[in-house]
Amino acid sequence: MMCISSTPPLLQVDHLAVHFPMARASWFQRGPSPVLQAVADVSFHILPGETLALVGESGCGKTTLGRALVGLHASIQGSIRFKGQDLATMSPTQRQQTRRSVQMIFQDPYESLNPRLPVSDVITEPLLIHGLGGGAERADRARDLIAQVGLPVDALNRYPHQFSGGQRQRIAIARALGPEPELIVADEPLSALDVSIQSQILNLMSQLREERGLSYLFISHDLSAVHHLADRVAVMYLGHLVELAPRSELFDNPGHPYTRALIDAIPQIGQGRRSRGRTIQGDLPSPLNPPTGCAFHPRCPKVQAICKTQAPLLQPAAQGGGQQWVACHFKD
Amino acid sequence: MPTWSSGEFAEIADMTSQAKPSLKPGLLAVEDLSIAFKTEKGTLLAVDQVSYQIEAGKTLGMVGESGCGKSTTALALMGLLPSSASVSGQAHFFGEQLFAQTQAQWRRVRGNRMAMIFQEPMTALNPVIQIGEQISETLFLHQGLTGKVAMDRAIEMLDEVGIASARTRAAAYPHQLSGGMRQRAMIAMALACRPQLLIADEPTTALDVTIQAQIVELMLELQDRIGMSIQFISHNLGVVSELADNIVVMYAGRIVERAPAALLFSQARHPYSVGLIQTLPNLKHRQAQLPVIPGGMPHLGSALQGCRFADRCQRVVTQCREQVPALISIGPEHDVACFRADA
Repeated sequence: MMCISSTPPLLQVDHLAVHFPMARASWFQRGPSPVLQAVADVSFHILPGETLALVGESGCGKTTLGRALVGLHASIQGSIRFKGQDLATMSPTQRQQTRRSVQMIFQDPYESLNPRLPVSDVITEPLLIHGLGGGAERADRARDLIAQVGLPVDALNRYPHQFSGGQRQRIAIARALGPEPELIVADEPLSALDVSIQSQILNLMSQLREERGLSYLFISHDLSAVHHLADRVAVMYLGHLVELAPRSELFDNPGHPYTRALIDAIPQIGQGRRSRGRTIQGDLPSPLNPPTGCAFHPRCPKVQAICKTQAPLLQPAAQGGGQQWVACHFKD
Repeated sequence: MPTWSSGEFAEIADMTSQAKPSLKPGLLAVEDLSIAFKTEKGTLLAVDQVSYQIEAGKTLGMVGESGCGKSTTALALMGLLPSSASVSGQAHFFGEQLFAQTQAQWRRVRGNRMAMIFQEPMTALNPVIQIGEQISETLFLHQGLTGKVAMDRAIEMLDEVGIASARTRAAAYPHQLSGGMRQRAMIAMALACRPQLLIADEPTTALDVTIQAQIVELMLELQDRIGMSIQFISHNLGVVSELADNIVVMYAGRIVERAPAALLFSQARHPYSVGLIQTLPNLKHRQAQLPVIPGGMPHLGSALQGCRFADRCQRVVTQCREQVPALISIGPEHDVACFRADA
């Protein structure tokens, strides 16, 4: 997709595809092995200081996309350009530099921190890998970082198991901030946390964004959190982007029926009992055997004949002033 | 008012009795339920003097964060706590005291008149038995149905919970179903014997928001049809709001507030309930910074004095650190355990 704004994007992703070869169902099966298309032809960009949220149901490919951006999937198609440089054609030195600038926060802070390392080592390890500073400097840096995420300095001498989930996620954020990244890919950073802790982490993320001009790719299934944090939102369904729009356009006037379904599904407090019949039916289909045409057609309330045969392209909708891109035959 | 120290249950029982006027007789009445676990580091008081009632055909939402004792309370009602737990207090289910039952009596109630569904259906269902077979087992145990009769009834149940082509699905193993479908199968199993009370422990937490909405709709629909009462346990205030008639908010093993759903969301009085409601990002009203409840849950094993929320509370006064606030009535059907509820 074209970059609409005049500012050069920090990250530009074009026609990205990630697929996984699968084992044959049986030894006797003939023909090529089945392929799971986790991410298919996805294009978007992120501007400096911007937060793009990536939403969708589990299995839609949002985590795979996030991991591909930080280089955790080796075989990808399409291009990922960071500050105009294509990751695939970079020199090893440039790639190392880029990896420093793109850091990741994972979903489960109980699994993403090495239980055998004290917090000081957890935080200084990325600095060591990127050769940033001497021993004393790194130790100073660790003290700065731990304070910035709101933990006491003595936390550095303790081990991850001595912390609660929210505190561990703070440690994971401190680790990600160490190499002074410009972009943080945050993969469901709230979903393993208690409600009262989620808002603490959300506030910390927006505060760090203000202070450091960070960009985020915020991967989440929680649309209330997305509404709070994101500048723009990308909605993913079965490996494809179905809508890409600024936050207020997307929430006020969703262009894709799936986006509407996701918004309708958000539980609202204090509105009384859930009114019946407005919930989207069915499950996400298997990505091994995706529906023909528009992948959403078996669950779509607006489905027509064309949807079953022809996949719609992501195109600007009439509303949203060219900023709202929707992949639906009936977006207008 | 007496100062609380662990073990002085009798004194606290006096205090909680003040709350009783706003309770109406119902299907389930839990009174002064306390559950302690013996651990290496000493006694851990997971549930402390909890009292509530559920009326016939109504839904009670039980809200709180992990470790607040909401699941432990449910397991106690089902008689599923490990032997390391010591339970005191009473639970009257249609006038029968559950905790005085023998194991044989308990088996007749459990899964029959009172059933439970769990958070993670993949771990609650038996992975090596077909879904239809698992539902038939309940029907055999409680209603003596066997063979084709039991299987036909199981298929009817799968159909009732909205599983398409139920006859084929009955032969599926749990891993062959999606998360939402597994939860539907578990609801089918729980409702097979038409229980009067369904305890649902975080049934939508492991599900996507779209599937969560489907399950909420299904439970409302089944309640209309079957008329069972539901105790719905969740950390998600939004989901509870879409289902519950009455809500109890728990914090660190105690009930801190109890009110009808509409009243709680419009006029919460306990600082913790107020915080929980305000802390959720709101689609209608976007704020730069979310109001937060600072800190985290206290460790239940430590010698707790006074109000357990005191360290995170913005209205805290000296009294809060010295005495345990009793759950007292502040309006019709509205009870709060806070010295500063009027502040």
